[in-house]
Amino acid sequence: MSTLTAEPRQSREHGSVPDRTSVLYDAPGPRARRRNTVFTALVVLAVLAVLYLMVIKLQEKNQLDPALWRPFLQADVWVNLILPGLLNTLSAAVVAAVIAVPFGFVFGIGRLSEHAWIRVPSDVVVEFFRAIPLLIMIFAVMYGGSAVFGLTVTPFMAVVVGLVLYNGSVLAEIVRAGIQAIPRGQSEAALAVGLRKGQVMRMILLPQAVTAMMPAIVAQLVVLLKDTALGFIVSFEDLLNAGARVLPSNFNNIIPAVIVIAVVYIIINLIVGAIATWLERRTRRSRKTTAQPIEPPGAIVVPGATPGVSAVD
Amino acid sequence: MQALFEEFPVIRDAFWLTIRLTLASGITALLLGTILAAMRVSPLPVLRGIGTAYVNILRNTPLTLVIVFCGLGLGLVLDVSFSTSLSTNYLWLSIIGLSAYTAAFVCEAIRAGINTVPIGQAEAARAIGLTFSQNLRLIVLPQALRAVIAPLGSILIALIKNTTVAAAIGVTEASLTMKTLFESHGAEVIPIFFGFALGFVILTLPTGMLFTWLSKRLAVIR
Repeated sequence: MSTLTAEPRQSREHGSVPDRTSVLYDAPGPRARRRNTVFTALVVLAVLAVLYLMVIKLQEKNQLDPALWRPFLQADVWVNLILPGLLNTLSAAVVAAVIAVPFGFVFGIGRLSEHAWIRVPSDVVVEFFRAIPLLIMIFAVMYGGSAVFGLTVTPFMAVVVGLVLYNGSVLAEIVRAGIQAIPRGQSEAALAVGLRKGQVMRMILLPQAVTAMMPAIVAQLVVLLKDTALGFIVSFEDLLNAGARVLPSNFNNIIPAVIVIAVVYIIINLIVGAIATWLERRTRRSRKTTAQPIEPPGAIVVPGATPGVSAVD
Repeated sequence: MQALFEEFPVIRDAFWLTIRLTLASGITALLLGTILAAMRVSPLPVLRGIGTAYVNILRNTPLTLVIVFCGLGLGLVLDVSFSTSLSTNYLWLSIIGLSAYTAAFVCEAIRAGINTVPIGQAEAARAIGLTFSQNLRLIVLPQALRAVIAPLGSILIALIKNTTVAAAIGVTEASLTMKTLFESHGAEVIPIFFGFALGFVILTLPTGMLFTWLSKRLAVIR
């Protein structure tokens, strides 16, 4: 397929060397090259001007004071203040993911059931939890658990339950799409050789669907990991809490702390995102499935455009 | 149920704030996202680099962190001020955060849309002598935008839900109001929750239907 922007990602399907010239503009001649150099210089100047203004502003508020940044060079700050937060973030994400994946399979397969008494409740659960904001679910678990059921709900539990219900519902959509992406001939052939419905699902559809939806599931895990930061609002002692509450209360350095914490989040998410992209590329070549990798629901899917894994949230 | 009727004016105001947050951030994000997409396909490598860096940073940062940075970093420490009223100021700061975050997704959608425009369109535009910016403005973007109405709708729905994160810096939109009502009407947590959930469904469902209809109506016939 021909595309207007040429980036390595777009042309990887062909397995060819990426074409770096865009069709949106001509190959620059001498004059255009000169003009581009001038524009590049102007852009660089503008960026430098913005950076300069930012530095001035930060300096004016004493934010470049080395005392505010030095804590990040001390091992005990990382060990005692940042890593416990990171550990809480990761454990909330892992626990939520471990519960959300089976949740997604149960409700995703439930939505494909031939029995209305299984299908309709699955539809309602999945659509409801996808339609409402995660934060109001976390609030509801936090307050509802104690006010209605008399349970002591820790912020960790509230975050995990919210993440499971929301991401589990999104995963249910991924599972459903993954199973539906398998060509009809597969289940028809399986039925023809005498397998029962449950066997078709278990032996023919699911093994292939798992391969097709793996990239979408991993892409959704990036969303899940990012959403753990909502726990900050209900005082969950996560990584964001370390950056926005703990460190500033010790060193009065909210801006440096938030920037450093953001870098940690970005690095983790880039790693998980890279795994998703790698899985997707592998699935495209895979002969273990008859289906193409599916897009996460809510992903930026434009008919006719080149696919990729990234979920909107 | 009693609480929902008693507090109806408060709930209505909260959702009105959610709607205003969505509209203000949505329009800003659409403009910023379009500019970023134009940068990412431009002939200047430095502009492409800035666009790519922006998208990768914002897309991989939790929204809560972005909003907290805007509220506490920009607002408290750097004294960025839009209004003498503290609550209005935090409202604007949260709009900055939501717009900056959403723009990254808008940029990705529009860039995907640019890829749907057949290569011949841009080649023909170049053949009649249009420059890059004319090509983009007159030929490619109008077709690309019409191709991405449905994804932009998904982004808008995500934005409606994401406005709740403004609660992190005390903006009294729907979610924070719900929390306040939980505290004052402890016995009615479940009806209040379903009331607010219904409010969000009322906002997101028609938005989804409107954008599905628009995307069909405005689709470019090829």
